[in-house]
Order: sequence, then structure tokens, then C-alpha cells
Amino acid sequence: MEMLYALCVGILTTSGIFLTLRGRTFPVVVGLTLLSYAVNLFLFASGRLGVDDAAVLQEGPANYTDPLPQALVLTAIVIGFAMTAFAVILAMRARADLGNDHVDGRLPTIPDESTAREKP
Amino acid sequence: MEHLAILPILIPLLCGVLMLLPPISGQIARQRSLSLAALGVLVLITLRLLLQADSDVIQLYVLGDWHPPYGIVLVADRLSTLMLLLSSVLGFACMLYACAGDDRQGAYFHPLFMFQLMGINGAFLTGDIFNLFVFFEVLLIASYALLIHGGGKQKTRASVHYVVLNLVGSSIFLFALGIIYGTTGTLNIADLAQKVSQLDAAEQAIAGAGALMLLVVFGLKSAILPLQFWLPRTYSAASAPVAALFAILTKVGIYSILRVFTVIFGEDAGALAQIAIPWLWPLSILTLIAATIGVLAASSLRQLVAQLVVLSVGTLLVGLAMARSEATGALLYYLVHSTLVCAGLFLLADMISRQRGKAEDRFVAARRMCQPVGIGIAFFIGALAIVGLPPFSGFVGKALLLKSAALEGEAAWIYPTILIGGLAALIAMSRAGTTLFWHTSREPDSCEPVSRLQLTAVFLLLAISPLLVIFGGPVSDFTFDTAEQLHNMSRALGPLLPGGGS
Repeated sequence: MEMLYALCVGILTTSGIFLTLRGRTFPVVVGLTLLSYAVNLFLFASGRLGVDDAAVLQEGPANYTDPLPQALVLTAIVIGFAMTAFAVILAMRARADLGNDHVDGRLPTIPDESTAREKP
Repeated sequence: MEHLAILPILIPLLCGVLMLLPPISGQIARQRSLSLAALGVLVLITLRLLLQADSDVIQLYVLGDWHPPYGIVLVADRLSTLMLLLSSVLGFACMLYACAGDDRQGAYFHPLFMFQLMGINGAFLTGDIFNLFVFFEVLLIASYALLIHGGGKQKTRASVHYVVLNLVGSSIFLFALGIIYGTTGTLNIADLAQKVSQLDAAEQAIAGAGALMLLVVFGLKSAILPLQFWLPRTYSAASAPVAALFAILTKVGIYSILRVFTVIFGEDAGALAQIAIPWLWPLSILTLIAATIGVLAASSLRQLVAQLVVLSVGTLLVGLAMARSEATGALLYYLVHSTLVCAGLFLLADMISRQRGKAEDRFVAARRMCQPVGIGIAFFIGALAIVGLPPFSGFVGKALLLKSAALEGEAAWIYPTILIGGLAALIAMSRAGTTLFWHTSREPDSCEPVSRLQLTAVFLLLAISPLLVIFGGPVSDFTFDTAEQLHNMSRALGPLLPGGGS
């Protein structure tokens, strides 16, 4: 289970970072969302993974789950959701204000090889 | 009296909420008076807290009576209260400036300003690192909205970078917190300081990775070298009172580094002791060099001031890297000075750009300003203070920092970089002053006078610089005692953990 869980977090983080490094705002926002999913799963695991543990501390020496990471994840989800909403609105505003959806606000001028060859 | 410690968070929160409600929400005059009143009260409360902390009492505010390390706790020690006083004085001056008309550029300026201050104050007061994250987010989301306040292409472009970078930063912050909680099982700063030294070797490596990830996040906030490229554009795009308030955001990063890497990963952290220092040394020197180049290359006054903010961050980092009580004391003195003077200069740049018509604050010949005397005096004081020439506080701050460097080894790196940085700032500021004030092409045809409120705000900020020199003795005594308390904190955790550790 640990292996599967770790792989999930790892893949989500990798995809998140890859998408965040893209040039357009839409993949960047999706990348940020994936990153925040990865973070939430990761925080959840910081209280250790367990199966069939008591949800609440009981009488006697029973194994119980650590409640704190759950509270932390809840906080992180709420904050992450609000931030994503803000990022989406900002991306739309930037598209409207700047006329394109590039993160720098202007399209990079890449010398086109075909025209460069035709010139001389 | 015992509830005094939570008021710096509650007052801005309640005022911010009140301003969204009907009797106040539509009326700008009511909002202004409520804001100014709230900030005035805040200054008095934080002053009172500072005087309380000066008697070496660390005030713990235990929310809901859940005793640390289990519950949420606010800690008002010397360092926190010093930063609180700084933020409330700065907030008051910025609000005074904004009340002259900048708050009309868009809706909800006053509530956003209040929420921003709530986040800043909370970050300074909190005693556990998860709440540090929460307050970081509060201040960030308010700063996103304030940055774009008023609208315009420049602001939108700058905020896309700022928001995306900080969202990635928040993710890294959470990863780091997960790692630290997973290894130590606690998030309370005092309890962490106790636990970190008792980790076994395998967990030490993981906790060390977590600690360095925290350094990345705080480095992003405080604009340390590879993570500082967002700052000049963001700060020069924001409207003047917002940029001035942002001058303290980099200092929130510096404060967090100071808190986490002195108390938790400081001298007493066993194998993880001083884990950030090998990184901070080269980064601080490189930040100073990059900012020196940036200062010389700036093409408008706002950019110049933004680069000066980076330069001051570099100077502060040098103090952090020395990781000694004397260096920390000098750093805190310099921190107070640089925050207030940089904020004053941002406000000044705005006044200058309004009076120069289309040329704004770019370094080109333009029409003469119609109030050159008042603005000129303010510029002269601000420039001398930020460059670090006597008789102003920049000189004292830098002298204290240089004095605390050990002559063998450290001084060879610190002296040239800080002094050359100062020289570059001097050159850039004199060039700026000459162009802006003397290089005039024609007489002003129309005049948009600077209001008295704006001038008062600028002089209020700049007047603190000579005051810091006149009262240099008591102020530096306080900062050195603060540094002493901070560096001894990991050895005297008793008052921070009344119930013992977990």
C-alpha cells in the first residue's frame, strides 16, 4: 500500500511540476491543481498509513489514527481551493487584459525557420 | 490585559468584516475614519505589548485553553512585538497616504488592507508552523487582490507571475510541513526545538530535507537570489500605498527564517544544527551582487527602490548567515530602518511620478515638478538614509552589521559586498535625484498638487530614520536583547511549554 501511495503522490507531483513550467496559463493552473492534490495526499500520509484503525481514541490500547493530519488536510484543501479559484479568475482577466494567454503576457517571438530560410 | 496578545489579529479582522457591512461599506469617508482609528489603536496596543515584552516576559496566549504543544498558541516575545509595532506603524502611514485618493481606484481597498495586516500580524504572533502557513496564505490572498487593485496591464502581468510563484511556494511549504510532522510528530515551534535534536539518524536526513524546503519557501517570500526575479516588476507595478506595505512582506520571510533556523534548527539541534548556514552564506553574497547590478541598471525610480529592497534583503541575509547574537541584533536594527525607509521611498516615487506628467518616474528629462521643495527634501533624506550615509539610521545599521563580522574570514566577504552595494546605491540615487529634480525641459503647465496628507505620511516614515539615530542607544539595546532572547530560546523552553513536551 505504501508503494502505491508513494507512486501516486510522486506521479501527481511530477505532472504538476511539468505542467506548471508550461508557457500558457491553462496548463499552469491545471499543474497547480495537481500539485495541491499531491500535497493533500502527502499531508494525509504524514500521520502514517494504517488499516482498520480506530477513528477515535478508545478505551484500552487500541491503534488509532492520528487526527491532526486530517485537520491539516482539511485546512489545506480549503485554502488550496480558494487559491485555485483566484488563479483561474486571474488567468481569465490576464487573457482579457493582455490579449493572449501566455504567462508573460506576450507571446515569445521565436524566429520561424521556414521564413528565415526563404529570406535570402 | 491578558487578551492583549490576540488583539493585533482580531482588530484588523473585525474592522475588515465591519467595512463589508452596509452602514460603512458604501461610504468611503466612514471607511477611512474607521481604518485610521483601527490602525491608531493598533499602534498603541503593539507599543504596549512591546513594553511588556521588554520586561523579559514571554506572553503566551493559549487559544481555547488547549495547552501547548497540543493547541494553537500565540507567542508575544521581544521579536514578535518588535515586528508587530513595525507593521502597525507602517500600516498607519500607508493608510494615511492611501486616504488621499488611492483608495478610490477600485472597490474594497480598506477591507483588503485590513485583512493583509491581519495576515502579517498573525504570522508574527503565531507559535506553531502550521499556523504560520495559514497566516501566510491570509496575507498572500489579500496581497494578490491588493496588487491588482486599480487594474491595468502592468498590474495584471505582474500579478500572474506573483500568484503562480506563491502558489507553488505554498505547495512546497505544505510538503515541508508534512515532512516535519511525519518525522517529529509536532508542529509547535518550541516543541519542535526539543524534538529535533532527539531524532535518529534516518529521520534526521528527512527532517533536514524538510527544513531546507522551508528555506526555499521563505527564500521566495523574502526574495533571495535565485527567487528574487519577481520582486522588481511586482513592486513597481503595484499602486504606491500597496507597494509601501509590501515592503514588510519580504521582512516576513526574513522573520520566518530567523525564527525557524534559530529556534528550531539553531545551535542546539544536534546533527541538524545550523543546517541553513552553508546555504545562506553564498546566497546572501550573491543576492547582494545581483541587487548591486540591478540598482545600477534600474530605469525608473520605482524599479530603483524595488532593487533597493532586494539590496536590503541581501544585507539582512548576511546578518542571518553570521548566526550570532550580535549579528542578529544588528540585523533587527537594520530591518526596522530599511522597511520604513523603503516604504517611504515608494510613496515618494508615486508623488514624483504624478507631478512629472507623461514621463512619470522614468529617468528622462521632463517638465519641472510644481512642488520641488517639499518632495526634494523628502527625497534627500530618504536617499541618504537608504544609501547608508550619516547622520541617518542606514549608517548606524550598516556599521553595527559590519562591526559584528569576525575579522578573520567573514569580513573579507562581507565588507566589500556591503560597501560596494552602498556605493552603487549612492551612485544610482544621486543620478536619480539629478535627473528627476534638475534635468527639466520646461515649466509645469498644469499642476496636480500633492495633498498634505500624502506629505505627512512620507515624512512620518522618513522621520523615523533620524529618530532611530537619536534614540539609537535604547533601540539597539532592545534589538540586542531581542537577539539574545531568540538565541537562548532553544535552551530555555520552559515558559513556552508550560505542560512539558508531548
